[in-house]
Amino acid sequence: MSVVTNTTTIGAIELPSRRNTELLLLAFAVAIPVFAYANVGLALTGELPAGMLGYGIGLALLAGVAHLVVRKFAKYADPLLLPLATLLNGLGLVLIWRLDQSPRLNALSTFAPQATNQLMYSALGVALLVGVLLLLKDHRVLQRYTYISMAAALVLLLLPLVPGLGTDVFGAKIWIRVGGFSIQPGEFAKIVIAVFFSGYLMVKRDALALASRRFMGLYLPRGRDLGPIVTIWAVSLLVLVFENDLGTSLLFFGMFVIMLYVATERTSWIVMGLLMSAGGAVVVSQFASHVQARVAAWLDPFECLATAPEGSRTAQACDQMSQVLMSFGSGGTLGTGLGQGDSDLIMFAANSDFIFATVGEELGLAGVMAFLLLYGLIIERGVRTALAARDPFGKLFAIGLTGAFALQVFVVAGGVMGLIPLTGMTMPFLAAGGSSVIANWALIGILIRISDTARRPAPAPAPNPDAEMTQVVRP
Amino acid sequence: MNKPLRRIAIFCGLLVLALLIRDNWLQYVRAEELSSHKSNKRVQIERYASESGNIIVDGKPITGSKLTDDTYFKYKRTYTDGPMWAPVTGYASQAFGSSQIENLEDEILSGNDDRLFFDRTMAMFTGDKKKGGNVVTTLNGKAQRAAFEGLGDKKGAVAAIDPRTGKILALASTPSYDPSSFAGRQDADGKAWQTLNADKDKPMLNRALRETYPPGSTFKAVTAAAALEHGVVKDIDAPTDTPEPYIIPLSSTPMKNQHSGCEKASLSEALRVSCNSVFANLGDKVGRDNMVETAEKFGFNDPKIYTPVRASASVYNKEMDRGGNAQSAIGQFDTRATPLQMAMVTAAIANDGKLMKPYMIDQLEAPNLDVLERTEPEEMSQPLSEENAQLVQKMMENVVEKGTGTNARIDGVTVGGKTGTAQHGENNSERPYAWFISYARTDQGSPVAVAVVVEDSSGTARDDISGGGLAAPIAKKVMEAVLDGKQ
Repeated sequence: MSVVTNTTTIGAIELPSRRNTELLLLAFAVAIPVFAYANVGLALTGELPAGMLGYGIGLALLAGVAHLVVRKFAKYADPLLLPLATLLNGLGLVLIWRLDQSPRLNALSTFAPQATNQLMYSALGVALLVGVLLLLKDHRVLQRYTYISMAAALVLLLLPLVPGLGTDVFGAKIWIRVGGFSIQPGEFAKIVIAVFFSGYLMVKRDALALASRRFMGLYLPRGRDLGPIVTIWAVSLLVLVFENDLGTSLLFFGMFVIMLYVATERTSWIVMGLLMSAGGAVVVSQFASHVQARVAAWLDPFECLATAPEGSRTAQACDQMSQVLMSFGSGGTLGTGLGQGDSDLIMFAANSDFIFATVGEELGLAGVMAFLLLYGLIIERGVRTALAARDPFGKLFAIGLTGAFALQVFVVAGGVMGLIPLTGMTMPFLAAGGSSVIANWALIGILIRISDTARRPAPAPAPNPDAEMTQVVRP
Repeated sequence: MNKPLRRIAIFCGLLVLALLIRDNWLQYVRAEELSSHKSNKRVQIERYASESGNIIVDGKPITGSKLTDDTYFKYKRTYTDGPMWAPVTGYASQAFGSSQIENLEDEILSGNDDRLFFDRTMAMFTGDKKKGGNVVTTLNGKAQRAAFEGLGDKKGAVAAIDPRTGKILALASTPSYDPSSFAGRQDADGKAWQTLNADKDKPMLNRALRETYPPGSTFKAVTAAAALEHGVVKDIDAPTDTPEPYIIPLSSTPMKNQHSGCEKASLSEALRVSCNSVFANLGDKVGRDNMVETAEKFGFNDPKIYTPVRASASVYNKEMDRGGNAQSAIGQFDTRATPLQMAMVTAAIANDGKLMKPYMIDQLEAPNLDVLERTEPEEMSQPLSEENAQLVQKMMENVVEKGTGTNARIDGVTVGGKTGTAQHGENNSERPYAWFISYARTDQGSPVAVAVVVEDSSGTARDDISGGGLAAPIAKKVMEAVLDGKQ
């Protein structure tokens, strides 16, 4: 007689964990930036840069630690996310170091070399990723903190408005200064608010989707379901108006609409989202002069450079934009080669908001497309994680973070390339800026955690008492 | 929830696609337009990013490149003996552009010329720095120095040509400027540029090529040639029918002579002592149209004389009445000539009537000294026949031997010349210009023809201003410098 212990068809077959694939890809992700670093050194001074060994070891160490932690604590995680982030971060460090060498930027009073700081922030970012993987064994735990997250996100967003704490840097009040460090709380608020949206929508999705009245072909939800949404929209507009931060409010709003659409499966939310953002854009452009300046610079930077009054905000925006466009144009198809371009002519924010122009000039069309595809791959792995996630909270959380990441890449790259008006956000992983790097590493950490849960083989089912052999007791 | 997720995936894909398309539009379609945009500083940065090639005289560079600590333009131009060579080189300034040879041969000097493509490509592979090619000039350093030092602190210009080939041997202009003084883009460069532009003596004017003066009596050489060519005079020693005083046609004004004995003077004698009346009369007899014809064969009225730096057109008016023509025939009234033009006149006479096209770039060299282009001597025209040219030579040599040009005599060498003291200003109010044109002749033809004009000889008493006294010694020095080099 055969012994049957299990009637389910899901066996306890080990799924491939793909950890060795990740390790191999990580080797490339470390080697490519090291070669790029050598390339910059050779182009600028004709010799290998002195810090190359230390830099290479540093990056390898970060990647190695992250890999070991993933191997131990997130065995089934997506194998591409970590190498992609490492590669982008490594190349970002090279680009920042390259701009540090520019005598033109060093002549500016507002400029200080950033590469060392960036390496330190990258280490902090990887530490945060490790922390996420160690402390957050299951992302569903975060559901418990839905409303705390909302409060935390609002506090983070509004911190820069606190007198004495917030600092105004070139018109945008999105930084706070603690000790010697400036932090951009908005970058972290991005993740915290995704927790709130996921938790809230998971609970309310049925009410939002079903308990609605039909009005002019659109399904309008009830007021009490709509309330928190309108609140968040209003807050994101407030953030924009008071902090001069078009990017963050657009990001939050876009993320919210995407998650709402995914949660309710109703296209009407997309329509409403577009209408609301169009309305918001019109209102804002009526009042904010810096938005008007950026729209003018977007329409025709060369023309408005000639017509704008000298020294005005519009003239500055147009000058910056025309410099960026010429930087891209001068790069051409193959670029000038790392270290051999003049993207430092952009001057202010060349290594942060406009770092993508350096990619454009020195690596050319080929390099920019490669970078866009790297970002595209991260987004693809994020969406795939959302698809694979088994719980609605995980799905919403993953698509929220991925959507925010995709929007940020689009808004920054599109703004810098003149596809849309410039908003002044940082290119994830590439741009100089501690908050951005740390927050994005945390974001990758969370995606790794969700993907690990999603791809983890189902636990062996508990022994089914019904399937147990009936003991026949013979007299 | 997977259906909307898939749609979001497509949406994200479209975002990335939009970025890719935009990037292709920017970096492929518009790349050319953006990279050469007029406000794109990279063009200028690239121009001064490497050492330029040099302008060469007598095998030695008269220009150079200096590494600066400027964060935009790495190298700046330097000039050896800048003021002396400025009329030849022009300037290349980071802030104020470039002129003359520096401008015209910029592609070669900067190494961007298509003919240097192979060198550039090789340099890319071997890791060498991009280098510019050289411009080898026809100039003679000693002659140039003689001309520049001869002019000294006087205002004026010298042009010297090798009559046999048209090679320009000297091109001096004073007061001059040092192109090094504003080659960079610092405050000092801007100040130097402003000072130079505000200077009423116009030091940046290339007087040898770009300023026209009334040529005065030196133009009588042209009139003499015209008279011989058009058969008005057949025997240069036969007396002419010029009365004393000679009344300018269509007027009652007598033509003044500085010298007595001009009545019915022969052509030879009239040239020796520079009789205005005889030449005005001859000009009238040759007639305006014939005068214009000969003058134009010498290069007058031609705005397209490129050396390759363009020389201003010299003028012999085509629409004057008889009186004007008679006065123009002695180099006054509407006649105006550049020093180069008068050097061309002299060169044509010295070269037995054949005028060679003047040029000052002998060859263009690649950085490895391969010759990219060589200028071959080219005949421009034949303003007078060989016999007539020799007749004019005889008369001009007489001028130096025992006429107004004795200051230009050189022992053991045949020298021909003609002085000129050109009046200018309303009613002759300004100080006159002192002219001298001359050539030297040896067994192998004439190696040098020179024209000198001294514009404002402050320090010299007005009555002492004369071509023979002021300009001839300079011409002599230049000729000697060229002859020394030949021996």
